[in-house]
Amino acid sequence: MIDRRSRTRRLLEVELPILLIVVFALAPYVWMVLTSIKPAADITARPLQYLPSTVTFEHYETLLARTSFAGNLLNSLIVALGAVAVGLAVSVPAAYAFSRFRFRGRRVLMTSFLVINMFPIVLLIIPLFVLMRMLGLLDTFIGVIAGHSTFAIPFAIWMLTSYMNAIPRELDEAAMIDGATRLQTIGIVIMPLVMPGIVTTGIYIFVTSWNEYLFAMMLSGQTVRTVTVALQLFIGEFSIQWGLLTAGGTLIAIPVTILFLIVQRRLVGGLTAGAVKA
Amino acid sequence: MKPASARARLTITPYLFLLPALLVTAAVILLPVAQTAWMSLFDYVLFRPRNIPFLGIGNFIRAFNDPVFWVSLWNSVVWIGAVVFFQFILGLGTALLLNQSFWWRSAARALIVVPWALPSVIIGLMWTWMYDFNLGIFNDVLLRLGVIGEPIAWLARTDTTLPAVILALVWQGFPFFAVVILAGLQTVPSELLEAAEIDGARPFQRLRHVTMPAIMEVVATALLLRTIWVANSLDVILVMTGGGPGYVTHTLPLYAFLKASSAMEYGYAAALALILTALLLVVVFAYVRRAAKDLEI
Repeated sequence: MIDRRSRTRRLLEVELPILLIVVFALAPYVWMVLTSIKPAADITARPLQYLPSTVTFEHYETLLARTSFAGNLLNSLIVALGAVAVGLAVSVPAAYAFSRFRFRGRRVLMTSFLVINMFPIVLLIIPLFVLMRMLGLLDTFIGVIAGHSTFAIPFAIWMLTSYMNAIPRELDEAAMIDGATRLQTIGIVIMPLVMPGIVTTGIYIFVTSWNEYLFAMMLSGQTVRTVTVALQLFIGEFSIQWGLLTAGGTLIAIPVTILFLIVQRRLVGGLTAGAVKA
Repeated sequence: MKPASARARLTITPYLFLLPALLVTAAVILLPVAQTAWMSLFDYVLFRPRNIPFLGIGNFIRAFNDPVFWVSLWNSVVWIGAVVFFQFILGLGTALLLNQSFWWRSAARALIVVPWALPSVIIGLMWTWMYDFNLGIFNDVLLRLGVIGEPIAWLARTDTTLPAVILALVWQGFPFFAVVILAGLQTVPSELLEAAEIDGARPFQRLRHVTMPAIMEVVATALLLRTIWVANSLDVILVMTGGGPGYVTHTLPLYAFLKASSAMEYGYAAALALILTALLLVVVFAYVRRAAKDLEI
């Protein structure tokens, strides 16, 4: 069908429209990055100066030297790594149980983890704030990481269960017949095979936690403030300094864009099975 | 080892593996949800901790009589309908195009998912910047093309704000549909399409009678999932407009959130959050039934 189509027709009917869609998808991003490397005079020039007259990193320097942004980047990194650690530590064993055992309540529990992931954030965020205040965990890493594990755990359990289901059970049975204990079997057979799945799930938790705004805003103060919250505060504070704001936006966006591009191909399977948050 | 104890071990092992997940989930999800339900029965205002009168269903009656609640509910319906519809249409179109073969297809597929990777705060920032009254690129381009005579305050006018925010969210969410539908399309057997073509079906007829029925399952799941996320999402609106001007971009989750975070009326906010959850339950139920269908392997 495609062979018969002439090259020009394919160009007009497929490549041109898809090029327009790619431009639409990237334009806001490109515009943000361009703004961040323009001299201040270019940004306020009218009519607009689309391309920078000279490339400058002054906004990045100001942002990192004069504001708390560098510290906020570090906080976000700690929170995201913490969410990955907590999420994976409790979800790998849970996924193993769901994949390798048939037990009473399995279906109900798995379904519950799916339903939990659909709960509106507002339903959890209000009591979590009250709870963390009571426990004295407001503005601590533990508090924000706990908030992020509300979405990390259900998602990770579903993703990892589907990865583990893809490993043939004959492999663990063979290991156990050869005399390996259950824990040895997990260590020698299951873990190496499921590692790509664990990495993908971990990266996805990292990206979601790094991007998260509402929990971080409610549960953090000055000490553990993450980048998304800090940037949102800057929008109020430096309302007309778009160079500074777009530099911050670019610094936040680039790491997650790269990570997301690495895992995106492997995500599709887990998507409709469940738990990917937008 | 005695058989009886072996069987006992067999039954308890999976629960041991599940224990950490269950404990953490109980602490960070179940307990808070129960607390929300409890709080919704009181007139709990954060800065008035000593005086928390019991209201029963008073907060729910208050919502029923609250005009802002009804405005927010209506906005939510418009918001969900428009956002999901346009995301789906654009995503379907993108997926159909990406299902053709051309030499830079995998590059196009990778680039298209970029909006999906970005945090909502950045999306809000980018689009607020593009909509800027003085220096925004939208006004600039439209003025240069002569479409408008003078700049428009996109995020301050009652008639343009909601569409402007909807466009930002369509941009963010269409890659999800594109990727999911593309995965569905790749399972449609090409013999089926070739047979239809030999039988004289035109491209649109092939799409309608062969392709669409084959990907209906995937599309339905994606639509349900997306409806739930869009219904719950409030951060892009919060960043771009804070719900304004007036109540023009107040949606139900945003209203609940603002009642808690600015007004500190936790009891009422909890009631609003519960109403939202109850309204969504039908969609969640439909989705979970689909997703849990192949659990019994």
